[in-house]
Amino acid sequence: MKALCWYGTNDVRVARVRDPRILTPRDAIIKITLTAICGSDLHLLDGFIPTMKRGDILGHEFMGEVVEVGHENKKLKVGDRVVVPFTISCGHCFFCEQDLWSLCDNSNPNAWMAEKLYGYSPAGLFGYSHMLGGYAGGQAEYVRVPFADVGPITVPENLTDEQVLFLSDIFPTGYMAAENCSIRPGDTVAVWGCGPVGQFAIKSAWMLGAGRVIAIDRAPERLRMAADQGKADTLDMDRVDVFDAIKEMTGGQGPDACIDAVGLEAHSTGSIDAVYDKVKTVAMLATDRAAALRQAIHTCRKGGTVSIPGVYGGFLDKIPLGAAFNKGLTLRMGQTHVQRYMPMLLNRIERGEIDPSFVITHRLRLDDAPKAYKTFRDKRDDCIKVVMKP
Amino acid sequence: MTYMDIEFPGDVRDVEVRSGRNISETERWLSVAAGLGLAAYGLVRKRGRGAGLPIAALGGALVRRGATAHCDAYHALGISTARTADDTRRALGGRSGVHVDESVTINQPIEILYRFWRNLENLPRFMHHLESVERVTDTLSRWRAKGPAGSTMEWTAEIINEVPNQVIGWQSIEGSDVVSAGSVNFDDAGPGRGTRVRVRLQYSPPGGKLGAAVARLLGRDPASEIREDLRQFKQLLETGELPTTAGQPRG
Repeated sequence: MKALCWYGTNDVRVARVRDPRILTPRDAIIKITLTAICGSDLHLLDGFIPTMKRGDILGHEFMGEVVEVGHENKKLKVGDRVVVPFTISCGHCFFCEQDLWSLCDNSNPNAWMAEKLYGYSPAGLFGYSHMLGGYAGGQAEYVRVPFADVGPITVPENLTDEQVLFLSDIFPTGYMAAENCSIRPGDTVAVWGCGPVGQFAIKSAWMLGAGRVIAIDRAPERLRMAADQGKADTLDMDRVDVFDAIKEMTGGQGPDACIDAVGLEAHSTGSIDAVYDKVKTVAMLATDRAAALRQAIHTCRKGGTVSIPGVYGGFLDKIPLGAAFNKGLTLRMGQTHVQRYMPMLLNRIERGEIDPSFVITHRLRLDDAPKAYKTFRDKRDDCIKVVMKP
Repeated sequence: MTYMDIEFPGDVRDVEVRSGRNISETERWLSVAAGLGLAAYGLVRKRGRGAGLPIAALGGALVRRGATAHCDAYHALGISTARTADDTRRALGGRSGVHVDESVTINQPIEILYRFWRNLENLPRFMHHLESVERVTDTLSRWRAKGPAGSTMEWTAEIINEVPNQVIGWQSIEGSDVVSAGSVNFDDAGPGRGTRVRVRLQYSPPGGKLGAAVARLLGRDPASEIREDLRQFKQLLETGELPTTAGQPRG
């Protein structure tokens, strides 16, 4: 089959590889009908995530048709149309039973690697480094799904692939980011980053009762989408001082909650900390850049919440913990517990409350993936979200 | 409150007093082999970078250690691995054995875990270095394991303590090539929290302390081996399978 493989920093290619097969009894093989590039895939392209190996198949947002099931899989049958969560979860451990699916104890075969870096291992993920399982991803024609009797959700025929695909990651991720804000009616929520996760966080903040949503980015097309689709007040970080602007917009009090939907490769604008981050990461003295997180912590009102759906992988420097402490902030974060949100969000799509396909700007073939990665990363051609048919 | 205290107070130094030898036969040969390997590596490396000579020298010392069956470091530390195989106490007492103590919490009732473990023939399903465990009598069993360099080790173990749903303790019978003793305890971790499983193991490693040290350098120390085995025990009992990516496609 064809698959998009990682060969090194800035080097992804479509290669011919063997077809996947059933490896353990609860597996299923899915013939992929639609897959997407996630913003977090760009961290792989840019070489920020450790323990990648040459030839790894990428992709953790995908859906398709079940073509084979393992003999212990009593839930799926051949022909089912499913969306697959990017977090792989066994369904039986303490964490799965606590609804903490992205923290599954059993799905990472390389748990010892993650334990070295994190103390304890989170769940395995599709196509996201060996430390997080080394599972082949879904930017391919077929994919093997482990514990397929737990994760995949069957979707009704009357919804298109484009409407349901994002249940695999970015819609639940944006929703959990907003839920982590513990929004009370009328709250002001500020969202850093108007990429796909930011867009869903904005929509979700409204769903959960926000009274006002402020969106921060520098890409005009993303700010436009946040305003048109997300009904957010937008701030162009290249044109205004974000802290001053938000303080003024909130009557001097600051937003009740701040969402960092940017993560470890934040861009800043020539400020001291941006130069500092650049120097440190280039010199391998730090792994992550955190401009958005710093600003979110600094801007948040006293007693407020900072929610972090943006991905961080390693060590951060110059995090204003003093500000967080002295303002009594709550920090909430983590990989999305996708399985917790899928049925409820599918329901909202079915009821017509939201059509997640609004974020799609590029519809391509899998063969175009290498080019699409770069277009997406460089935000060329007003690219916000790429979906691909194999 | 342990059921079986595997602390053997026996003084191992008397072995050494009887002869200058303080290294077992297996360890002697491993010492020679490792020494030759290191010396060769050091000499090759010498051409490239600076660390070659000390490595070659260390290799030479290991060869001498194997040839004379005497280790100065062991002597200084009061350790001996010579002639210990015939006495479990001597082999495992004090500092002369490898001690492992690892725990895992498993989301299953004690009874299921205990029953699975007590059927010792199940152990190779999650202990990756074990090839087979064969039941001989209710308390005696024959164990086969992968040894160093493709070898196979065999020994007979006897269950010497057993309290259903609490503990199983075993040790190798006298005269075994591999001298080991171990125990597994099962404790209720609290409502909805499953069972804590604690494994304690002592054994006289093939290749002695040196073998264990070399294994540790290669990233395969006994504690992490047992930790991985326990992880697999948990995975198998919680999910019914061992997660893997072996055999998946890649570019």
